[in-house]
Amino acid sequence: MVSVGPVPLVSMRGIEKTFVGVKANSDVDLDLERGEVHTLLGENGAGKSTLMNILSGLYTVDSGAIVINGEPRVFRSPRDAIRAGIGMVHQHFMLVPTLSVWENVALGLEDQPFLLDKGRVIERVGDIQKRYGIHVDPLAPVWQLSIGEQQRVAIIKTLYRSADILILDEPTSVLTPQETRALFRTIRQITAEGHGVIFISHKLDEVMDISDRITVLRKGKKVATVNVKDVTKESLAEMMVGRRVVFQIGKTLQNPGRVILEARELVVRGDRGRVRVDHFSLDVRQREILGLAGVSGNGQEELCDALAGIRKTEKGSVRVDGYELVGKSTREFQKRGISYIPADRIGTGLVTGMNLRENIALRKYWRKEFTRFRFFIHWENIAGRTGQLVERYSVVNPGLGFPAKMLSGGNLQKLMLARELSDDPRVVIAVQPTWGLDVSATLFVRETLLEQRDKGAGVLLVSDDLEEILSLSDRIAVIHNGRLMGIVEDPDSVTEEQMGLMMAGTRLEEFSNPVGEGSDGQGKEVSPSL
Amino acid sequence: MRYRIVLRRRFKTGAFFEGILPVISIVAALLFSGGALLLFGVSPLAAYRAMFRGALGSGYGLSEVIVKAIPLVISGVAVALAFRMKVWNIGAEGQIYLGALASAAAVRFLPSDSQVVMLLTMTVAAIIAGGAWGYVAGFLKSRWNVNEVITTLMLNYVGIHLADYFIYGPWRDPSSLGFPMTPPFPPSARLPLFFGTRVHLGILAAVLLVLLFRLVIRWTRWGFEIRAIGDNPRAAEYAGINYGRNVVLLMFISGAIAGLAGMTEIAGLQGRLQPGFSPGYGYTAIIVAWLARLNPWGIMMVSFFMGVLLVGGDTIQVIMRLPLASVQVIQGCILFSVLGFEFFRNYRVLLLRRERG
Amino acid sequence: MDLLIPIMAAAVRSGTPILYATLGEILTERSGVQNLGLEGLMLMGAFSGFSVTYTTGNPWLGVLTAFFVGVAISAVHAFLSVSVGANQVVSGLAVTMFGTGASSLLGRKMIGLTVKGFGKVPVPFLSDIPVAGPVLFDHDPLVYISYGLVLLLLWFIFRTRHGLNLRAVGESPVVVDAMGLSAVRLRYFYTMIGGGMAAVGGAYLSLAYTKMWGEGMSAGRGWIAVALVIFAVWHPARAVLGAYLFGGVGAMQLRIQAAGTSFPTPIMMMMPYLFTILVLLVISVKKGKGILIDAPGALGVPYSREDRT
Repeated sequence: MVSVGPVPLVSMRGIEKTFVGVKANSDVDLDLERGEVHTLLGENGAGKSTLMNILSGLYTVDSGAIVINGEPRVFRSPRDAIRAGIGMVHQHFMLVPTLSVWENVALGLEDQPFLLDKGRVIERVGDIQKRYGIHVDPLAPVWQLSIGEQQRVAIIKTLYRSADILILDEPTSVLTPQETRALFRTIRQITAEGHGVIFISHKLDEVMDISDRITVLRKGKKVATVNVKDVTKESLAEMMVGRRVVFQIGKTLQNPGRVILEARELVVRGDRGRVRVDHFSLDVRQREILGLAGVSGNGQEELCDALAGIRKTEKGSVRVDGYELVGKSTREFQKRGISYIPADRIGTGLVTGMNLRENIALRKYWRKEFTRFRFFIHWENIAGRTGQLVERYSVVNPGLGFPAKMLSGGNLQKLMLARELSDDPRVVIAVQPTWGLDVSATLFVRETLLEQRDKGAGVLLVSDDLEEILSLSDRIAVIHNGRLMGIVEDPDSVTEEQMGLMMAGTRLEEFSNPVGEGSDGQGKEVSPSL
Repeated sequence: MRYRIVLRRRFKTGAFFEGILPVISIVAALLFSGGALLLFGVSPLAAYRAMFRGALGSGYGLSEVIVKAIPLVISGVAVALAFRMKVWNIGAEGQIYLGALASAAAVRFLPSDSQVVMLLTMTVAAIIAGGAWGYVAGFLKSRWNVNEVITTLMLNYVGIHLADYFIYGPWRDPSSLGFPMTPPFPPSARLPLFFGTRVHLGILAAVLLVLLFRLVIRWTRWGFEIRAIGDNPRAAEYAGINYGRNVVLLMFISGAIAGLAGMTEIAGLQGRLQPGFSPGYGYTAIIVAWLARLNPWGIMMVSFFMGVLLVGGDTIQVIMRLPLASVQVIQGCILFSVLGFEFFRNYRVLLLRRERG
Repeated sequence: MDLLIPIMAAAVRSGTPILYATLGEILTERSGVQNLGLEGLMLMGAFSGFSVTYTTGNPWLGVLTAFFVGVAISAVHAFLSVSVGANQVVSGLAVTMFGTGASSLLGRKMIGLTVKGFGKVPVPFLSDIPVAGPVLFDHDPLVYISYGLVLLLLWFIFRTRHGLNLRAVGESPVVVDAMGLSAVRLRYFYTMIGGGMAAVGGAYLSLAYTKMWGEGMSAGRGWIAVALVIFAVWHPARAVLGAYLFGGVGAMQLRIQAAGTSFPTPIMMMMPYLFTILVLLVISVKKGKGILIDAPGALGVPYSREDRT
């Protein structure tokens, strides 16, 4: 219940913040009432995170005023903000993985005695759990918890510090639909208790669901503050981008060809030695996009690493056009036509300290056309190729000889696409390809993937963005805990609800079919396509 | 205050900046260590004047600087090569000793009257021995991720003691009257000298290695792989570059080159194997490599400068009765200074007017 | 058994300087900074402790001086590592070079001099217990202090709120900052304290172990301490095991040499270093099998809060 009292909980006026010549926030206003869920909406780079980092004390304003409960405040550090009752739950949780839940909650508490009082912390955590309906084992080490549970710990942390104002930064990007609903229930319980919640998101469906009011930011400026009743998804999108947004991409139907990538009973271990891919089997056909849906952290990355040949496959087989690749070098995988666009752009896919030419060379330097006299790299040829690719993919750059770290996120992704897709690959493995990109870059990436499909490649698209999977894929596979939950032959036939169940561990076969089609009435296996 | 200090990250630095920064940091270091010397009861002005005059004031001094620079260049290349891949080879000193030891063994057990054959044998022996010493640390790192800083360092001590064992023991020259050393090498085991100075053929090896270093790093596939691993090992893996194999190969080659430095020292300069024949060249090489920013030309220039420092150090040792340790102090200060000034490589410091708000 | 007791007692004495340095470095590394300058710090600690004790006659003053000298030198390393974000391996080496050189330079006039230093102070009652008595309770005060230090650190790191901060800042400095604490300040503090402790370990060498000063008298103990931190898995209790194990090797070495065997001296001298490599190898193989915990997550990685202007 939004109670509009005489004084709003939070009032930000005329906020200005500049970084390195870029105006992140330009004369932004924001109000938050008690009991309200106020969403901050905008594309990546619109200034939402900056504004909230200012409110949570991480950044200092260049100019502008912040008033909490009628009192003007100046935040010089996160501690000032915490004292003022602001609790931020960051997108990448601010938790120490090796410490336990209660230790993370206790970290940095102001009124802590010199000696850690474990009992008192756990007791108070228990109170919070009861009051707000959040459940987590206080003794568990954080690294063992699921992402949803870790998020709950982050929320408990803020409530423990008597936060009146909660800021949630893109909280649903790592949750299944069911977990998202649980989170929204928690949020409503929190606002029912009189707190105010600022919700940062770019997912319009959810925004329409949870918000009371919405403030849209674009390119650092505030576009409007509206009541959720007065807007539609489309009008919000238009405000976010500044022009009419087409939601559907022109996806033409294709006839998939033969199986080009075949994975059977794959067992792959993760960095810590645990099995992350558990007897997983998959087929990707020519001229199709196979989407792999699942909450991140369920083995997708290890699976793709193995399919691309950069991680060891312990058991099982990977075949491209019948040719067995397990046990062969990464280069052999590449030679057979597998290209890989990893999720971690700057950590894995590119070397940010090297220049553009060198980054293009990274996955190509061993090829004959780039080698001279067997041991030397033919830099002229590489430079030429780089120039071509940069132009074709419109990579905005200060010069080919400049280090890659100077490129923006979208252009880095384009550079990687240029490199990976330019040798007519037979298989394209793309993991979270549009993460963190703005609308135009996202569109570009998606169109490029469709283009590859139309050219004859088999595309494996891994994403935790269900919308993306549903709109781009011809077929969808779901992974949970490293296992295949099922393959959906027709994406239009499945609901988000069912997808969410699969992502959380229900096998496709376990869905009872209410119409009775495909089941023989004796409880035998239902046909796997819905 | 109307102004405020802003730090802005730098992405690229020009060649001029790259060149001038080490110079500035050295000057600052000399000032700083001058202060330290003052604290320790030495007049910095007198010390520096004596050093520079001793090193650069005469043709003899200059040739001595070059003599000292040769092992520094060679081991500097060895260290810089490893550092490029972020493999911290602190063991150049031990590898130098092993190289010298193996060369001495070659002289003792495979003597030859032909200078070409003898020197070749010594070179091969030194390379293999130094390489083996590096290989151990490389293997341990690639297989079990054993910290190479500690293993190479421990092997330094082991290598030095190993050399001591032979010098004090079975290889000792009976006619050396109480000073432990091997018998002097036959003429065939000596590197030819230049124009009556003590500058030996090792200078050729030094120059060749610098050129080779630049060639490999910039133009070869292996050089590219080294740079990729050094900058981002995960991305290098993604590129299909095998980390383990490269670490082992790199450490072998790095050790081999350092071993070569040992060989040139005893075959070119000293003519026999004595305990402590290296006044810490392996450690100085680390300073050289870092100061030179792992850059081949930089290594040559910095080695020359270090040579000046060392010859100057000898001079003040004699004239002012200062122990060699003072040079070590100066070296430490230089390293501190270089590290400190690297800050300016990463950030631009701007003074901006505080805006009215 | 009778033969073993003096060896074990010697192991404790020989291991004590390494223990101080190892405990100090555990604090430093748990905060996320790697200080490879322990060798130089020990030498500077040994020299400064010695010279102050020689001039004042008070060994406690010497120990205190050594501590502050260690703190001061480590402050430079902390500045370079934390504020400048320089390469910590190279910075640590610079500390070692500087410390080695400076101690030799300053100590050149004091070579061969002796001090009274710390004498043995047997603990009443406890030193009469069979076996444990002579091995643990018949030493100089600095050994007893080291026992106390181990217990103190155990309690501090795992039971206090500051210990929690310490554990957190070495894993995720960004989290610590977000909670309103200063990761930078914590790292400075623990780097300096750790360096001070290493210097005290060095002072032990010149004030209790040998009661004289000699160039390079730590003989690589500082480096061994760095290895021991890994062996101890950053845990103070295990550090004790490692330090005394080393002490044992050192004690055996001396005894074998004194017994006048035909074993050549240089080969004997190699033993501690080879042993260190072995120890490191064993631990790394075990780690590879996933048996033990890892290093502090943010160790050696410079942390910069780039946004603060």
